[in-house]
Amino acid sequence: MSWSSSNYLCLSSSSSVTQFSRCKLPCESEGQRGKCQDLNRATNISAYNSLKPPSFKLDKGQRRNDHVLKKPRNISAYYSLKPPPYKFDALEPYMSKRTLEVHWGEHHRGYVESLNKYLGKDDILYGYTLDELIRVTYNNGNPLPEYNVAAQVWNHDFFWESMQPGGGNLPILGLLEQIEKDFGSFSNFREEFIETALTLFGSGWVWLVLKRNEKRLAIATTTNAVTPLVWDDIPLLSLDMWEHSYYLDYKNDKARYVNVFMDHLVSWNAALARMARAQSFVNLGEPKIPVA
Amino acid sequence: MVMASVTTIASHLTSTFLYAPEFCRLSQSLHTSQRPCTRKSVSGTISANIDLKPPPYALDALEPHMSKETLEYHWGKHHRGYVNNLNKQIEGTELDKMSLESIILASHNKGDILPAFNNAAQVWNHEFFWESMKPGGGGKPSGELLELINRDFGSFEALIQEFKLAATTQFGSGWAWLVYDLEDKKLVVLKSSNAINPLVLGSYPLLTLDVWEHAYYLDFKNLRPDYISTFLDKLVSWDAVSSRLEAAKVSIEGK
Repeated sequence: MSWSSSNYLCLSSSSSVTQFSRCKLPCESEGQRGKCQDLNRATNISAYNSLKPPSFKLDKGQRRNDHVLKKPRNISAYYSLKPPPYKFDALEPYMSKRTLEVHWGEHHRGYVESLNKYLGKDDILYGYTLDELIRVTYNNGNPLPEYNVAAQVWNHDFFWESMQPGGGNLPILGLLEQIEKDFGSFSNFREEFIETALTLFGSGWVWLVLKRNEKRLAIATTTNAVTPLVWDDIPLLSLDMWEHSYYLDYKNDKARYVNVFMDHLVSWNAALARMARAQSFVNLGEPKIPVA
Repeated sequence: MVMASVTTIASHLTSTFLYAPEFCRLSQSLHTSQRPCTRKSVSGTISANIDLKPPPYALDALEPHMSKETLEYHWGKHHRGYVNNLNKQIEGTELDKMSLESIILASHNKGDILPAFNNAAQVWNHEFFWESMKPGGGGKPSGELLELINRDFGSFEALIQEFKLAATTQFGSGWAWLVYDLEDKKLVVLKSSNAINPLVLGSYPLLTLDVWEHAYYLDFKNLRPDYISTFLDKLVSWDAVSSRLEAAKVSIEGK
């Protein structure tokens, strides 16, 4: 059995209905019919019977090629707006639904849209993952215009995942051990984190990072949209200290916001998972070398 | 040489417009505030503590364009916080006896900023900001200011466009300024981040707009462009800008 090229099937979706119809090959455009014969000889796919397109009666006035996509879809979104892994009111009363609606729905969405607009202008930056895009646009400290929005998209994704309903309390297992090893005790860490957050001036973020070279945990702050990814450390947790993050709920009372984050919002599960993943890249303990 | 002239300008700034009795009376004629002119002249007595100066209008006077709640938090908490923290920081140090502008310049330390800078600069910036607005503000400038605007920007609309662009594109926290560049003798639109202000950049500030989020979040949430437009259409005090321009000219001629 041979299946001539004239029977290639095209899947096209219009609204929610998927139709089978015949693809228009480039050689079949007006004035080029002769060229298709070479293609026919070259392709010898045997699948004729099972791939026969279903015949359907056309309604009055409908044309046979109505269901074929006449032009390719325009790709207009390169990165998507990822929702937080919980409902907007799940963090009440510590972070209100209104804050989530404005912070995610307006600020985070705005960053995603700006990023897509930038990338739509010129495809030189097309094809990177978000992490790679941030490193490339950071350009070793001389950031390109796309950097701010790209980094803010990543930062906010990371931030939503650094929180959970019913968060707070203490970290567990290896993370707690590592914190106690690097900070002395959890309460030392908590104090240092809160103080660092309160002394940050202007807009920025506070991070718990795993430092690759020093193989230890540390608290870092960054201004505006900078992220530890650009100096190649591995972030485990973040706290958004831009005013838009807390102004609706706490107005100028930063101290209460940071304390509430530590006591009720921070997701130690997320941090633990991130640290476990990080250990594929950073060896935190003494290697267990088997003795022959 | 440049630093010295900046210092002279800065202290001239102090004595000529922010604190001078002349400006106080001028501001009284411009605003309908009932507040008496109690600001001390700095050249005579040096106060050990920096004051929290109230805006030259009641806290609800800018409604509905800037709500009373915003003023209560912005002035009553943020600005007050900067003043209190600054006083705590400078107490007992050599900065204690200095004027606000001198503290700013000293703690700016040519870019290698000392801890008092952020608070000191923010105190100055906020005072300047309150005085850049007035109830029933907006409209167009006139007289020499308008001439200079037309000369340096082409038209008043061009200035507005440039100012709006600077304020919108200031990423993170910061300020947008209209300044008089003393070297080139022209008007320039600048934007600065966090607490930086033109005093340390060597220009004479004429107008400012606070684009830290706390300035507009309660009224506009994330809609910074709307806030900027409202400021320019309904709040900006071109009279204050004109008088500051006069003072700038005087300070140049005085050299």
